[in-house]
Amino acid sequence: MANSLNHEMMNEHQHGHDGHHDQEELRQFGFWIFLMTDVILFSVLFATYIVLSGSTNGGPGTELFELNGIIISTFVLLTSSFTSGLAVLAMHQGKKNALINWLIVTALLGATFITLEVTEFMTLVHEGATIGTSAFWSAFFTLVGTHGLHVSIGLVWMVALMFQIKKYGINPVTIRKVNIVSLYWHFLDVVWIFVFTIVYLMGVM
Amino acid sequence: MLESIKKFASEFFVTGDPLIYGAMVSIGFTMIALVATLTYFKKWGWLWREWITTVDHKRIGIMYVIAALLMLFRGGVDALLMRTQLALPNMEFLTPEHYNQIFTTHGVIMILFMAMPLMFGLFNLVVPLQIGARDVAFPFLNSLSFWLFLMGAMLFNLSFVIGGSPDAGWLAYPPLSEKVFSPSVGQDFYNWGIQISGIGSLMTGINFIVTILKMRAPGMKLMKMPMFVWSVLASSVTIIFAFPILTVTLALLMLDRTFGAHFFTLDGGGNPMMYINLIWMWGHPEVYIVILPAFGIFSEIVSTFSKKKLFGYKSMVFALMTISITSFFTWAHHFFTMGTDANVIAFFAVTTMIIAIPTGVKVFNWLFTMFRGRITFQTPMLWTLGFIPCFVVGGLTGVMLSVAPADFQFHNSYFLIAHFHQVLIGGVAFGFFAGLYYWWPKVFGFTLNEKLGKWAFWTWNIGFYVCFMPQYFLGLDGMTRRTSTFGWDKGWYELNLTSTIGGFMMGLGFIFQVWQIAHSVRFMQKDTTGDPWNGRTLEWSIPSPAPEYNFAVIPQADEQDAWWEEKKRRAEGIVTVTEQPIEPIHMPGKSGIPFIKSVCWFVTGFGFIWGWYWMAIPGLIGIAACMLIHSFTYDNEYYIPAETVKHTEATLRGTM
Repeated sequence: MANSLNHEMMNEHQHGHDGHHDQEELRQFGFWIFLMTDVILFSVLFATYIVLSGSTNGGPGTELFELNGIIISTFVLLTSSFTSGLAVLAMHQGKKNALINWLIVTALLGATFITLEVTEFMTLVHEGATIGTSAFWSAFFTLVGTHGLHVSIGLVWMVALMFQIKKYGINPVTIRKVNIVSLYWHFLDVVWIFVFTIVYLMGVM
Repeated sequence: MLESIKKFASEFFVTGDPLIYGAMVSIGFTMIALVATLTYFKKWGWLWREWITTVDHKRIGIMYVIAALLMLFRGGVDALLMRTQLALPNMEFLTPEHYNQIFTTHGVIMILFMAMPLMFGLFNLVVPLQIGARDVAFPFLNSLSFWLFLMGAMLFNLSFVIGGSPDAGWLAYPPLSEKVFSPSVGQDFYNWGIQISGIGSLMTGINFIVTILKMRAPGMKLMKMPMFVWSVLASSVTIIFAFPILTVTLALLMLDRTFGAHFFTLDGGGNPMMYINLIWMWGHPEVYIVILPAFGIFSEIVSTFSKKKLFGYKSMVFALMTISITSFFTWAHHFFTMGTDANVIAFFAVTTMIIAIPTGVKVFNWLFTMFRGRITFQTPMLWTLGFIPCFVVGGLTGVMLSVAPADFQFHNSYFLIAHFHQVLIGGVAFGFFAGLYYWWPKVFGFTLNEKLGKWAFWTWNIGFYVCFMPQYFLGLDGMTRRTSTFGWDKGWYELNLTSTIGGFMMGLGFIFQVWQIAHSVRFMQKDTTGDPWNGRTLEWSIPSPAPEYNFAVIPQADEQDAWWEEKKRRAEGIVTVTEQPIEPIHMPGKSGIPFIKSVCWFVTGFGFIWGWYWMAIPGLIGIAACMLIHSFTYDNEYYIPAETVKHTEATLRGTM
């Protein structure tokens, strides 16, 4: 089954221009455009955060940030971006098991990042900073939480992809999917660098 | 127990108004009739197989159009209710609360659930045919976009009888839309209804950008694309930049209302003005998103019915792109009077005025295209001709509004109401009607009755001027928007009554249109030529209605107006196209996932609106499950055999 499918897709790939277009290329292009819309989504959240960053309403503010923990989670996320690159590299070398293994490492690092973030949020709530405390904390939890939500979705997606690679091997469809997941993962990394700089570094300064 | 059920029902259902009881009864009867008819004729399977699970862009387009026309009816009834209330001083037809709900839903429905889907319907019906493609880039996503729109629209419409409609205006300015001032669920219906359909709109934008950039027929360079395709591209680019802003804005308002956040509240450090900035950063581009495709439609029609090449093609493209970019730098003109720095006001006044220039260029191009053309006056052309003076007047009053000192007088008056109805009805609605009339035979395979169409055109058009011209003067006389009643001493009586008469004339125009469609279906005149208007672009080269696969052989498009040039060559006896063999055609398979996933969104939205997490969370799980199932689906595609293609072609072209 998997083999015949593979064969069919390869075939389709070869004469992809006799009327119907190369689906995998189209999808990758479409995903780039989707990422542009996501850039705008995050830009609006950043703008909101910057506008409201002084509106603590007399309550707690940036003094609650624990920079050490954030530096650790930044390091974890950046490493996961690197390992997702290694996964793509393994894919191009046709190493199916290495590809899956690197994806597992990436997902584990991503899960660690999420765990650290949830812990941070719980500590903040414990110290009296919730989404309803002030406009500043509303903006903080929304911006950082939206990034976290993106990472979580990426994780589910990555796990689903591992099963697909296991089942179908490396073919044009899974190649496109791995490329897109890794693109998405790098994108989240870039967004995190902005979060780290604008929210945490500038906040503590 | 009984008491708590009673209490729940009194909150859940809207009660106490005879109009709403009437609506409930008619909704109930329509539903029962629909279910009974489908069951009696055993059409459930057909509905599922042929429509609900379809990924064919033409069918999705048809569903968009039907939904949009239904919403036009609903929004139109809202308008007539308001005009009835305002016909005479001290009318007691609608209560002020009810009036607030009606103007809010009228605005939302007309812009988001009528203009947008009618536009997407035309995108779907026309773009792949005009660029010589077999489908859009992402057929599955296209179906998902449609169902998300429909579920969002249904959720919003439900608020009419369940829980109560939103009443904070069509853009829901806080603090009025915050929990403190709008405690009912109406505002939550607004947030979720628009949010769900907004995701669909964003995906449609992405889909058509990729379709246009990547799937054009061989030879069709960007500067050889039909003008409608250009306008869709411009509009889609504006969509992908504007809609994420709306998504975030509504999400933030939702967080405020549902989770007690303080983005836009008056307490807790919130900033209501930020909402107004954000919503207009989406809202102003939005009006260009809906008008740009109309410009494309007019360009096609003017050129076809004047039998001339479009004048100033390059300047048209340039104008479209300029408008789509400039539209993002005008948002603050919506709140000149809210206390901004004079320099900021000056900047936004100038950028607003600048938009008149490319728009003027387009109007002149259409006029020059008609100049010395052999013009015929069929319905699509009539709507185009009706549009031009209407839009010029609307544009000029727009420039008047953009002059900041004058705006301090006009702001929130009926002058403004008249202006934006003039550009949105005279521009967008007339444009989409023109497009619908123009492409109708291509989509459905039969032509519409011209005589009834002309009646519809004239009643709409005359009704339009009778309705909105008086409103300019009402505005200058000091009548403010959202006024629900007024006294005899104000002196607004004659103008308001005239305006109401005009409103009903437009309603009559709509009835003529429905009659026209019903009549044309009854006495069907099949379009056997595939080219009833003597068209210029590729969609007219295939038979009507367009077959499932669109083009049996992918066309070559080396010139602008490729089909027109081809017809000229054929008339001269030059054969350029060699007969190509018909090969099996690769098609995307049907899928029920878009529909099921959208239903899950509906359930999620409804759950959140009422704070019922037992309902919202399974909905979210359903959405995730649909995504995973789709991700694991690998071979959902099929081939149409060459024999079938040959057979279909022969049947449609009447050679069999």
